[in-house]
Amino acid sequence: MSPEPTTPTRYASPAQGGASIHNIGYRHYDGPRLGRAYARRSLFSQSLRGAYGLGRSAKSKVLPMLLFAVMCLPAAIMVAVTVFTKAGSLPVGYTRYAVYLQAVIGLYLASQAPQSVSRDLRFKTVPLYFSRPIERGDYVASKFAAMASALFLLTAAPLLVLYVGALLAKLDFLDQTKGFAQGLVCVALLSLLFAGIGLVISALTPRRGFGVAAVIAVLTIPYGAVSAVQNIAFVQGNESAVGWLGLFSPITLIDGVQSTFLGGTSSFPNGLAPTTGAGFVYLLVTLLVIAGSYVLLMRRYRKAGL
Amino acid sequence: MIVTESLSKRYPRVTALDRLSVDIAPGVTGLVGANGAGKSTLIKILLGLAPATEGTAHVLGLDVTRDGGAIRERVGYMPEHDCLPPDVSATEFVVHMARMSGLPPTAARERTADTLRHVGLYEERYRPIGGYSTGMKQRVKLAQALVHDPQLVFLDEPTNGLDPAGRDEMLGLIRRVHTDFGISVLVTSHLLGELERTCDHVVVIDGGKLLRSSSTDEFTQVTTSLAVEVTDTDAHPDGTAALRTALADAGVAVTTGAPGSESLASAGRLLYVETSGDDTYDLVRDTVAGLGLGLVRMEQRRHQIAEVFRDADAAQTTPAVPATPAAPTREGGAHDVA
Repeated sequence: MSPEPTTPTRYASPAQGGASIHNIGYRHYDGPRLGRAYARRSLFSQSLRGAYGLGRSAKSKVLPMLLFAVMCLPAAIMVAVTVFTKAGSLPVGYTRYAVYLQAVIGLYLASQAPQSVSRDLRFKTVPLYFSRPIERGDYVASKFAAMASALFLLTAAPLLVLYVGALLAKLDFLDQTKGFAQGLVCVALLSLLFAGIGLVISALTPRRGFGVAAVIAVLTIPYGAVSAVQNIAFVQGNESAVGWLGLFSPITLIDGVQSTFLGGTSSFPNGLAPTTGAGFVYLLVTLLVIAGSYVLLMRRYRKAGL
Repeated sequence: MIVTESLSKRYPRVTALDRLSVDIAPGVTGLVGANGAGKSTLIKILLGLAPATEGTAHVLGLDVTRDGGAIRERVGYMPEHDCLPPDVSATEFVVHMARMSGLPPTAARERTADTLRHVGLYEERYRPIGGYSTGMKQRVKLAQALVHDPQLVFLDEPTNGLDPAGRDEMLGLIRRVHTDFGISVLVTSHLLGELERTCDHVVVIDGGKLLRSSSTDEFTQVTTSLAVEVTDTDAHPDGTAALRTALADAGVAVTTGAPGSESLASAGRLLYVETSGDDTYDLVRDTVAGLGLGLVRMEQRRHQIAEVFRDADAAQTTPAVPATPAAPTREGGAHDVA
């Protein structure tokens, strides 16, 4: 062992020598870095959990959990009544259930959509996200998917209660399964539509209170107006107008789609359903609003970096 | 680490960066400039978040326009502004940010615990961030930038809003990020004084243009001065004046008033002594002891980086460095007192 070879060897691997010094007290991370898709999934699950107050303070769990219970309670009662009275069918069709309880869904959206996006804007957490591997599109997609999934959980859970109850009451299996499937399609559409509307409105303001008020306003005012005008049109005998008017508020859009394609009856005056042609327009408008809100969200975050 | 070549960023009305070419080596690098000098714009471009109008930039050998995602996976970023949600705990927040950087759940938890400990957050890390002091919030912000063990971190004004003690702690922490953790640092500030103690290298930009890029030593090593403050005694009612006379007699250049344009209340009581070696310290100590004065403080005052700006303003004039007195005189003086 002459000193000649040792010196070059030591200098040949300066990185190793450096690392051993730095390892005192601080450990480097050599494990896997799972990249963008994983980060996107992490944001999705964090937002979805957040929509039910999980991973947040106890106080923020109260409202979503309460609304979830309120959403499921009528379904449980209906099931109990059906089983007890041995009725031949459920009192409310699968596809109409969400339309009946639209106020609860609206409240849930108004409370949770601002929570999901306004907070990030208000506390300026958005730049932190964009300093990570994810891109703008990943952020929007994760938030959108999380909000839609949260709404889907909220609206599909009571349908599941109904379905299980219906089977317990020994109602016709095929009928019920078909109805349940149609109900799921209906609430999936509703979840996407409401998530899009709620997020676009919430993303406009960093103030959570404004977001809550604006979402409630956008869901209820058009609905009130549409219902009132529909009733006037019905009284005046203008039935085709009743069918078309439903295009102008979110929940009547869904109502129109479900009564045309998913075998439900509408909540329009006298149970009038849009004609099949009008039904296609309803479906088209619904899909356009969903796509449009996605595009608007993408535009909203174009300048939100750092 | 970071290489830019004639990097420009023009907005419709302003030019944020104007043909900036810098080459930043590993270590702690300070990025100095007034507000609006283009510091934040540069960081934005280096993270691959904003396209440059012209020119190229590479971070860790990766092109910012093509490999933005790969860069952001290996780089940490601590923003200038508040970025913490108040209703979650530091642990939860940093774990989430670790996962957003691609760390698997278990690793994210372990790294979070480690990193929070390294930045000096202990039991309080389980409490909601809303109740933290500014200093603690800055530590959480630093932790989220370090949690994925990046090779390089961008710290944007990390000492903003901190009191002097907090500022010193933060600067010490930044120094450790490089010396102990082996992570290179690019730290911006508009306060020049803090960077000269922390950084190996300083890049000064102004109006989007490169003013100067050199090592901190070059900025400040030409001469150092020693700030001395003494008490008054019965024998010497004006201790400062007495010391000044004694040191001048010993042949040392002494000035009152601040070379670094400080405006302290005690500035009138401070003497600035030019030094060139250890013997000057001995001389001052012995002179003060000889006069029987109390020594309140004796500290190094390196020439401040602020002078760079004055140099630049004075365009091509000689650096504002006073001439060093001849060495033999000082040694003679030292012998006198000894």
